[in-house]
This record gives sequence, structure tokens and C-alpha cells, in this order.
Amino acid sequence: MTDKNNGKPLNVVGKPFRKVDARAKCTGQTKFADDIVLPRMLSCKILRSHLPHALIKNIDVSKALAMPGVFAVITGTDLPISYGILPVSQDEHALCIDKVRFIGDPVAAVAAIDEDVAFDAMNLIEVDYEPLQTISSIEEGVMIDEPRIHEYGDGGNFHKKVSLEFGQMDEGFAEADLVREDTFFYEGNTHLPMEQHAAVAHFDSDQKLTLWSSTQTPHYVHRALAKVLELPASHIRVIATPNGGGFGGKSDPFNHEVIVSKLAMITGRPVKCTLTREEVFYCHRGRHPVLMHVKTGVKKDGRITAMHFKSFLDGGAYGSYGVASTFYTGALQTVTYEVPVYKFEGARVFTNKPPCGPKRGHGTPQPRYALEVHLDKIAEELKLDPAEMRRSHLVKANTVTANYLRIGSMGLGACIDKVVEGSDWKNRFSWNRDAAVPAAGETPGNRKGIGIACSSYICGAGLPIYWNNMPQSGVQLRLDRQGGVCVMCGSTDIGQGSDSILAYIVAEILGIDPFDIRIVTADTDLTPVDLGSYSSRVTLMTGNAAIQAAERARELLTLAVAEKLNVPIENISFAERRAFDVENPEVGLSFAEAVVLAESKFGTIGTVGSYTPPRSPGKYKGAGVGPSPAYSYSAAVAEVDVDPSTGIVVVERVWIAHDIGKSINPMLVMGQVEGSVYMGLGEILMEEMAYRGNRNVVHKFPSMLEYKSPTTMEMCDVKTYLIEDPDPNGPFGAKEVGQGPLLPVPPAVANAVYNAVGVRIDEVPITPEKVLKALREKAKGGDGRFGPKSVPNVDWPEPLRVLTPAEGGDGKEMPRVAVHS
Amino acid sequence: MNIYLTQRRQAAKKKMNQKAHISFKLNGEPAEVAFAPHKTLLEVLREDLSLTGTKHGCELGECGTCTVLVDGRSILSCLMLGLDAEDREVITIEGMAENGRLHPLQDTFADTGAAQCGYCSPGFLLAAKELIDKNATPSRDEIKEALSGNLCRCTGYIKIYEAVELAAARMRGEEMELPREAVYGLE
Repeated sequence: MTDKNNGKPLNVVGKPFRKVDARAKCTGQTKFADDIVLPRMLSCKILRSHLPHALIKNIDVSKALAMPGVFAVITGTDLPISYGILPVSQDEHALCIDKVRFIGDPVAAVAAIDEDVAFDAMNLIEVDYEPLQTISSIEEGVMIDEPRIHEYGDGGNFHKKVSLEFGQMDEGFAEADLVREDTFFYEGNTHLPMEQHAAVAHFDSDQKLTLWSSTQTPHYVHRALAKVLELPASHIRVIATPNGGGFGGKSDPFNHEVIVSKLAMITGRPVKCTLTREEVFYCHRGRHPVLMHVKTGVKKDGRITAMHFKSFLDGGAYGSYGVASTFYTGALQTVTYEVPVYKFEGARVFTNKPPCGPKRGHGTPQPRYALEVHLDKIAEELKLDPAEMRRSHLVKANTVTANYLRIGSMGLGACIDKVVEGSDWKNRFSWNRDAAVPAAGETPGNRKGIGIACSSYICGAGLPIYWNNMPQSGVQLRLDRQGGVCVMCGSTDIGQGSDSILAYIVAEILGIDPFDIRIVTADTDLTPVDLGSYSSRVTLMTGNAAIQAAERARELLTLAVAEKLNVPIENISFAERRAFDVENPEVGLSFAEAVVLAESKFGTIGTVGSYTPPRSPGKYKGAGVGPSPAYSYSAAVAEVDVDPSTGIVVVERVWIAHDIGKSINPMLVMGQVEGSVYMGLGEILMEEMAYRGNRNVVHKFPSMLEYKSPTTMEMCDVKTYLIEDPDPNGPFGAKEVGQGPLLPVPPAVANAVYNAVGVRIDEVPITPEKVLKALREKAKGGDGRFGPKSVPNVDWPEPLRVLTPAEGGDGKEMPRVAVHS
Repeated sequence: MNIYLTQRRQAAKKKMNQKAHISFKLNGEPAEVAFAPHKTLLEVLREDLSLTGTKHGCELGECGTCTVLVDGRSILSCLMLGLDAEDREVITIEGMAENGRLHPLQDTFADTGAAQCGYCSPGFLLAAKELIDKNATPSRDEIKEALSGNLCRCTGYIKIYEAVELAAARMRGEEMELPREAVYGLE
């Protein structure tokens, strides 16, 4: 499948073209959602709960409604139907009806003549609450059964409990020379897109609704609106405006999208809602805080014989993607190093905090951090070089893992080789560095250290969010007789360049310039469904759909041109805006003339293409999370400089190699790698969704000043290597790059801190306070570790047992054995 | 929001039924605008002059997204009252291109991938313009310093540094391309 071009050299794919929308973005012409202004448009403000957990006893909107300039005030009873991104978690209401579940939960909404009037009216709404006990942490979620935050889930305040066992665990651990157990905590953090979410709704006189919104998933918003507003889906049009950053934070259907739609229906006027930065913090859906315990058996050479991984997720107040997040904390441990037998137990609890969901790397940075630091500790115990130990036990290409994930191309070995060579690892790394703690009275200088970590990520989820047999991505192509080409696709450009990828691929196949092409995306009236910009699915899935549509168009053109030129069809090639005979390249005609011939012969030229991922070999309950058409791989070495007197960690440089399969545009790939390193750096050093500890679970600092994220002064130098090992399932062999390169950065930094000053910070982020505490503890003769000591006791369900492929399993769970007492 | 601005806003809000009117120079042209007197320059530009190229990320002076140039200096338009723009010279992203030709920074930001989602780009472009208007040969450290008040969540800043260096070189009349490893990675 890599040869999509009939052997013709690539003219567009692999070249560093600028993005098709880049100039609009650099001149202020790109219209983001809040830039849309419609005549007679009203402003919407949403009243949010100031209590974390309370019953709503009464809402009095009369004063707000009486205020001049107010057109409508709505409350939960106006929107009684629930929704949610996952079919199993339809637990949100656009406005809370009888209960609020976190500080920031929406209670009522106002539409008024302008934002100031809407704001003042909002403050006149009176709500009587009856406070309930607050559940504020993983431990409390596990321990406190009543009150329940939701009336569904796996008992008490458990949203979901899962237990999966692949192969004979006892035998695996018995075979080991060393069994090690570690506990880790990864604090939650948030996407912090520069653009605050905004939505504009217009309900026209034909009773049709149009919603413009900064969403990564217009198709899912479309479905949610149809359900909640009880309108036929055919009367709703959702247009995703270019997203001013997404990172997963704009992937759920949001209450403000439903609210402006309802207000537009009530008032008959367009309504806009733009969230404040503080409200964006409450929207959240970011990284879950995850407490983890990992137990691994290894042979003396570091080969893994068995692994048991437990994770505990603080889900916040709603389901969101949480069931998928829970499975993801246990799915991808097996795709980097061989794990012959594997057990995963995961639990997500509800807490009275903003809901967590998918952030770049969805559910995998936390277990990847735990696993890679854990392996570093194992390597030290075995006195092995941690890079070599990883390199020696890689999963093999074209195999199936113990949990039934099918691996295609696998470039991790080449990634490790590159970062080891680039960082001069072999000369610089040693377990025998001097003890880092200075003697009393000494004034030590800063200490440098290096650390390594690896990772893998999916290139799109194998299964859609709601069960169906339709393609995950569709592309429609229209060619006009003047040579214009229009590509229509439901995908959403969130800055990653997905519009450009469509243009590059179609231009390559039709032999035209990418800037000749008109791209129309993310409009449910005009574009075929693509499920959205999440799970690193877009390049692979829309790319394959675009290839199919473009090849079908090229076939029609080829037939018409071959007939005209009187040469065999296999001789016709397309390049440089021409169709020509490969044996006599001067014999040919322009692309526009080729379209005229084809349109004369076949009628209007329009083609479609679609993509459905291959079926996964896993058939057990829970096998839906983890399978992907392909897996990308990354390896990173981080170099840090730690000041033992302050605990301040400076990351000076990261060497990172990413197995991209094939770069459709290397410059955009580089940008994704560098942006991923940046975001991983923020997570490991400073970013955290922190709440005040007074049990009111007020967000500590819902502002960009105090939620620390890296500026130019903190960003490190990045040395990037791109590994091109084309994957048969990728368009032109391409795999993902938007999320994978984030994953190795946090553990590589953690391992480098240990290498520098000899303390293990088993909790993300690695703040100066934690480093200092660990150094002081070490100076007193302690183990120099900062991190969680234990995990809660959970009554896990009986594991679902699956024989591994090596044991002759068929991918299905084994029948449960009845136990008689 | 700073105290000065809050007080000015509150004082201005009392006269809200009466619009303020200012004359100033906007993107090289004389301009007049009437607006509710408590509005910030950001709001006046976006809402009363329809120049939506200037973006907002916090409206509290924390992110740099709303940066515009006032009398050649980069300022946060969310922290300046529209009233205070009277008789000043304001340049927004819409005024960076001249006679239909992009400013070299706009060219290099677009060509190098310095704009991913593009939401912070107008602010970065104007902050970078102030830098190279004053310093034709900025070092990497000077670029970092000059742009340290602008947040970008997409790029990791590296492509932005490269774009500024490339534009500065071109404005000095030097032939310069991005190093190969910036586009394709290291060998």
C-alpha cells in the first residue's frame, strides 16, 4: 500500500510545503468561533454552581428575567434530556436539574442584548442549595459509598471497575529472577488551549439550527444536539470552526453548545457564548489524576516474564470519556517490550471536581511514566544499562500481544539507537555516579543527569465511540471543468494541519499543486462524516479515505485521457498539472483538459472514498480499547540540571526519535514532535490541576498566570530524529505524531533527575519542593524517594480471563468457572 | 485585572449610556470610533472596529495573545482602555501586511510551521515585529526574552524562533534557509 503512486516519484508527499491555511492564520483572516458576529446576535452567560456537591432546592429567575435587555433565562427543566460522549455514560445535563456535582457545574443561562447585561442578569438569579458531603480524592471515592455522586456505575462512587487477565500469571512470576513492585502518582493537568471555547447558534425561520463551535468532534456534537433538543438531525448543521488549540479539550459535546442552541430556538435570534478562561478550567476534560501500582517479574537480562498493573483514576464529576480512559491506562503496556502474561485492574471514581477526559495521549502518559520509571529501577537492580535493557526485549513487528493488539511496523529499536547515539549515552550514563547529596557545610554546584524512556501510541482507535458498521472517515471529491478540485471531509483542523494533509494527498495522486485545491471540512451539512480529531486517527484514516477518493477520480480521468491520446491506460500518469503518456511525456494535456474529457465522457466528476480500520483479533469484553491500525513509537533521552540547594530542575535538552512510518510533511511532523516535547515538559515540571485542601474543592488557580505552563524561558532544546519505517496500513506508510512523542518525555526527565541527584520522584509533576524533600530525606539516611506509599484496597471484580495467543487463545474470554462454597 | 484599569472601567461604566469617541491612527490610517467608554482596546478593536484578528486568551494580561503595537511598543490590548488610545498609533495583525504584501515575519511564520492552530500567532507576530524593528540581529536568547510574555501551547516555540531568525535575516537582505535538521530532523 505504500506505492500509491504507480511507481512515480513523490512530488508532494514528504515535502515541507506550508500549510494550506497558514497565511490566513498569520494575517488574522482565520475566523475562530468567537470571531463570528451575526446581526441581532445575543450574548449568553451561564450561572455556575459555587458549591461542589449540593441538591438544588429552588431556582428563582424572576429578577433576571425582569431586567431590561434580557430575552430569555433557562434552567435545567428546559433541557431535561441527558447526553454524554460515550453511550454508556449519558450522565450530563446542559443545566443541572436537581443536583450540582462540582464548582463550575452549570445551573442557569441568560440570553441578553450584550455580554454586560447578560452578566448582570446572571448575578440576579437566586439558587437555594442543600449542601451534600464532598468526595474530593481517589481515596474518598473508594471509601465513601454515600452520598453517591451519580446513581449509576459499579457501586458507591465507582464509575467503572475492570479486571482483565491474559495468561497464567503465577507461572509468569514464578519464572522471574526478580519481582519488583512500585507505586506512582500522576497529578491531573489541563489542555489550556489558547482559545477559550466559544459557540454561536442560529435557528432560522425554516426551523433549522446551525451551530458554529470550537469543537474537535462536530459529528458527536451533531448527535448530542439532535438527542437533547429533540430535533431531527437533518435539521441541525454543526460547523466546527478552526480550533485555537484542542489537545483533547474540545472533544466532548459541551453544555454551552446545547445552551446557545436552545436559547436561539427560544429567542429566534442568534446567540453566542464565549467562555471565560476561568470557565475553561471548569470545562476541563483533561488528564486524569492516576494512582498506579505496578508489579513486574523479570529475568536477569531484563526480559519481562509477567506484569500486573493497577490504576486508580480520579474521574471528576462526570463520565466523559472516562470508561475509555480507564481501559487506556492498562492497554498499551504490552506494545513496546514483550509482556508474555499480563493482568490489568483499573478503577475510576467520581469526585466533586471538574470532569476529566482525554488529553493528548489519552490515558497513556500516566501508565507510561510509571512503567518507564519502574523499568529504570529494575535496570539498576539488575545492573543493566537501561537503554540496552529496553532495546533487547522489544515487541516484534507483525505479531499479536498478550492482550490481542496487532503490531504492524515497529521502529522503536531504531528510535533507541538514534537517541543513544545522539546523546552520547554510552559515555555519559552510569549507575555509579557519586552520591548526589552534599555533605554538611558543602556548597555544591548543580548536578547534571540523563535519563531514557520509550513509548508507543495508537494511530486511531480501532472502534468508533458508538457501535456501528460504517466507515470512520469519509472523503468526497468534486472536480470541475476548469480544473478546480474540492475536497470535502468531516475532519477538524485543530492546528495539527489535517486540512493540509488532505490537500497534499489529493494533490500527489492527481498530479496537481496542493494550493490548487479547495478544502471544505468539518461541516455536517457539506462534508461526509469523519469521527473527529482525537485518538491520533486523522492522518491515517482521512488519508486513506482521501487516497481512495482521489484514485477513483484519477481512474475516470485516465480512461478519458487514454482514449483521447490513444495510448494504453497504464501509460497515463499525472504530474505538474498534466496528464501524459509516461513513454512520451510531451504527449499529454493539462489537468483541466483531462477533467473536461472525463466530464464529457462520464458526466459531472465526483468521487468518494472511505476508511474502516481492520478488525482486531481481540474479542473479549473490553477488547475495544487499544486496537489500532498501526502503532507509532518514540524514544527520548532527557538531560537535566538540578540544583540540590533549591530543588529546581532545569531540562536543558531532549533528544527524541519518533517512528512516523512516513512523513506526509516532515516540517509539520517536526512541529508535532516539538510541541509534544513541550507539553510533556510542562506536565513533568509544573502543570497541575490543584484544588484547595479545605474540602470545598475549589480550583486553586483557574488562571493562566498561576496555572504554570512553560514559557520560552523554560522550553528546552530539542534534537529530533524521524524514523521512517512505512506501515502497510498508513497512507503512503504514515503513522501518527500528534500524541506519541509526548509520552516518553515525563519518565525520561524523572529518570534523569535520579541520575543527577539520586532521588526518585515517583509523583508528577516534579516540583522543587518534592526534590528538596527527597534530598533531605536521603541526607537523613532515608531512601530518597518522594511518592505515594500505597494504593487503596478495592474489591475487584473476578478477572475476565483470556488465553494469550502464545497459549493458543482465540481472543475470547474463557467461560467463568462457577465457584461453590 | 490591575487596579488602575478596574477603577477606570468602573468610572467609565457610570456614563455607559453615553458612548465615547476617539480619533487615532490605526494600521497607518486615520480612524475614528465610538464605543461604550468602559471597553478595553481589545474590545474596541474586535467589537467596534470588527478587527477580529486580535485574539484573547485570558483578558487578564496573562497570556500575550491580545498583543498589539501602540506607538511601536507591544502592549496587551486587554489591559488598555480604548479611551487611552486617543491620538496614539495602533498596529494590529491586519496592518502588518502592506500593499497586499505579507510582512517577512508573516511569510516565515507561515512557511516554517510557526503557526499551528494560529490563535496565538497575531500576538507573537507583533511582539516579534517590535523586536526586529529595534534589533536587526537578535540572538536566540534575545528572541526568547522578547517573546517570553506570549504563551503558545502548540509549537514548543522552536519553529517560532526559527521563523523570527529567518525573517530577521531576510530583512537584513541576507539569503537564508532553515537548516535541514529543522525541517527533516537530524540524520
